[in-house]
Amino acid sequence: MYWASSCGGCDIAVLNVHEMLLEVDRQFDIVFWPAAMDAKYADVRSMADGSIDVCLFSGGIRNEENAEMARLLRAKSKVLVAFGSCACEGCIPGLANLGTVDELFDAVYEGPGVDNPQHLVPQPEWRIADGATGTGVLRLPVFSPMLTTLDQTVAVDYFMPGCPPESARVAEVLKLVIGAMGGTETLPPVGSVIGAGTSTCCDECARDRNLKKIDRFVRITDLAEVDPRLCLLEQGLPCNGPATRDGCGALCPAAGAPCIGCYGPADGVVDYGARLMSAFASVVNATEPEEIERILDGIPDPVGQFYRFSLAKSLLRGGRNA
Amino acid sequence: MTTLTIDPVTRLEGHGKIEILLDEAGEVAHTYFQVPELRGFERFCVGRPIEEMPTLTSRICGVCPEAHHMAAAKAVDAVYGVTPPRTATLLRELLYSAFVATDHTTHFYVLSGPDFLVGPDAPVAERNILGVVRKVGADIGLKVIEARKRGHAVIEMIGGRKVHPLTAVPGGMTKGITEEERSEIEKTGRWMVDFAEGSLQLWDEAILGNDEYVGMIRGDLYSHETYYMGLVDADGRLNMYDGQVRVVGPDGGLHGQYPPRDYPEWIAERVEPWTYLKFPYLRKVGWKGLVDGPGSGVYCVGPLGRINAADGMATPRAQQAYERFYEVLAPPVDGHKRMVHPRLAMHWARLIELLHAAERVVELATDPEVTSDRVRVVPTEAPTEGVGTVEAPRGTLTHHYWTDERGLVTKVNLIVGTTNNYAPMALSIERAARGLIHGGEVVSPGLLNRIEMAFRAYDPCFGCATHSLTGEMPLEVTIHDAGGEPIHVLRQAC
Repeated sequence: MYWASSCGGCDIAVLNVHEMLLEVDRQFDIVFWPAAMDAKYADVRSMADGSIDVCLFSGGIRNEENAEMARLLRAKSKVLVAFGSCACEGCIPGLANLGTVDELFDAVYEGPGVDNPQHLVPQPEWRIADGATGTGVLRLPVFSPMLTTLDQTVAVDYFMPGCPPESARVAEVLKLVIGAMGGTETLPPVGSVIGAGTSTCCDECARDRNLKKIDRFVRITDLAEVDPRLCLLEQGLPCNGPATRDGCGALCPAAGAPCIGCYGPADGVVDYGARLMSAFASVVNATEPEEIERILDGIPDPVGQFYRFSLAKSLLRGGRNA
Repeated sequence: MTTLTIDPVTRLEGHGKIEILLDEAGEVAHTYFQVPELRGFERFCVGRPIEEMPTLTSRICGVCPEAHHMAAAKAVDAVYGVTPPRTATLLRELLYSAFVATDHTTHFYVLSGPDFLVGPDAPVAERNILGVVRKVGADIGLKVIEARKRGHAVIEMIGGRKVHPLTAVPGGMTKGITEEERSEIEKTGRWMVDFAEGSLQLWDEAILGNDEYVGMIRGDLYSHETYYMGLVDADGRLNMYDGQVRVVGPDGGLHGQYPPRDYPEWIAERVEPWTYLKFPYLRKVGWKGLVDGPGSGVYCVGPLGRINAADGMATPRAQQAYERFYEVLAPPVDGHKRMVHPRLAMHWARLIELLHAAERVVELATDPEVTSDRVRVVPTEAPTEGVGTVEAPRGTLTHHYWTDERGLVTKVNLIVGTTNNYAPMALSIERAARGLIHGGEVVSPGLLNRIEMAFRAYDPCFGCATHSLTGEMPLEVTIHDAGGEPIHVLRQAC
């Protein structure tokens, strides 16, 4: 299990299979898991190609090092799984593709409270010249202009969505892999989404849907009461359920908050945001394009709403050329 | 001139890298602890609706998403000038206390505990949670798994999900809890109090009972006389969720105490061209480089920062543990508290906080108002600017947001737990290097282990700072000759 540019939540989701970890320890020789074990990178590098049975790769590809690690683990692994939203579709850090690396550095290194009179930014190479104590060169990995997904970098065998994947789904997938290694289970076709459903979050949401049309979108800060049983979209809260793959158990709507879309597009959806836009357009109580537009204008941050997790993977490619 | 590179997995890990420059005599001239990662939430949160910040910023770190979720929730409340109903505040702190107990458990047993419980010189393959189970018995191993499971169950009950909770919104929470859930949480709290006391007992037996370990903790290899920072309540007692920020000097004297929104007067951040991470320091003391002492603005956060800054613990059993901590490591003189400077004492302080958090779970879960359904109020003021601060397990965490009149984010500043400790960590690494490298000779296995241990005491979380939860930092040391050519490579045995 490896993380590239990620938050570590995917690793915690794996740790959260709890007792099953002991079973995993019995069934697998865990060769590389920097989050929980002393990593053995040197061993990984010296392994024969294809000698790792399964690699769960989490995180997006933010710099040259992430990309190099992706290529290395691809070569060493029989089965490479894009594990979690970052590896699958870029996740929230993928929103960085809306701006440039310079803008990003500017926000961080010229931000409030920063003491930077010389307007320094981190350099790929920095020469230390210190008179009596000599010199040395310090190097940092170079940022890629865009954050990319794992399958934009190397060939991927399976995609496991979620931010992070729910632990019950992780446990199911681990069982499947153990079964496949023992010859009692068969892995799905390469390219499949695993550890999730094929339908939408709405299909596993317990809230009542009356197929009511809405006159406006509202923000939680403008809504005094949220009906605990009624579909959130019908209450005007922009809920991403209709475009989002099922598999999590519709946890967010159950907790009184709209689906944020972390399980990515449902089966057959090419562009997540486009599908969600058409789903929203179909629930608004209007037929005239101007009226539809007025209602959709009630969504304060369209790009964040429609591409919160999937910008790096979207047809928009961040609205810029890569 | 020799350069020594300590590099996690040949620079491909992207988690942290240490360069050590030796002078002509082969003594350590400088060490550079580089953080080679950055994601830039400060930039791409701009334009997002302010109410999404608790959900978006929890993705800064999957290890402590609860800390970012809560700091963000408090900041968005402040942006709208709204005070959540008391029940919402109880629920947030309840979730938060269960989280702190869970996170400290993870750190002690899974990430750093193996150093002590299995032993710093044990084979690397044994120095992990499974090795802990083998050494101290499956019973404790199963309890650790149960503690994490129970803790995450509480987080999911209140927060909606086990990782990346979502229920805190401007003005309160999206949902309350039922009496059935409350009773389950109370049970978990009581179970965790027992678990925490058992962990302190284990510390007593396995660590304090071992002269070598006690010597290592007291030994000055990892000791730095820095300032200390932590949130305190109105009585000056340690608080993880709320309160004022207190900073004390290396002698324990008060440097200042302020409401979190005043942080810009007290904290500044230094940019260096050789690392992606900024160095925060005390503005009123100033940046004197990576040195300790009262003249340097370097301060320490996390369990040791908090326990040194506070007058005591807010719960009775943790208070007893706190008193024992100071009796053993720095007995008060004339009734005056003395600071505990050795960094390895951080592990002990963490267990005391584990007990404190568990006791807080019981206190909050038995509050009569915790099951009320009055959990949210709608903001009435126009959104502007707000600061939210909590004590993340790894240190004081501050989120600061500015919005336009529509409540869309225009600017973000984040000072996270691990980042506060960047300078002290660099100090500890330099100290370890200076203690272990002389005349150009490198003590190979010791150097790697000791530097790793110096590092791990801080429980550094580069998920927060940048990226990864480098509890287990694989190290590679490359020694370069004066011409920059590598002459010797050491790897962590594995």
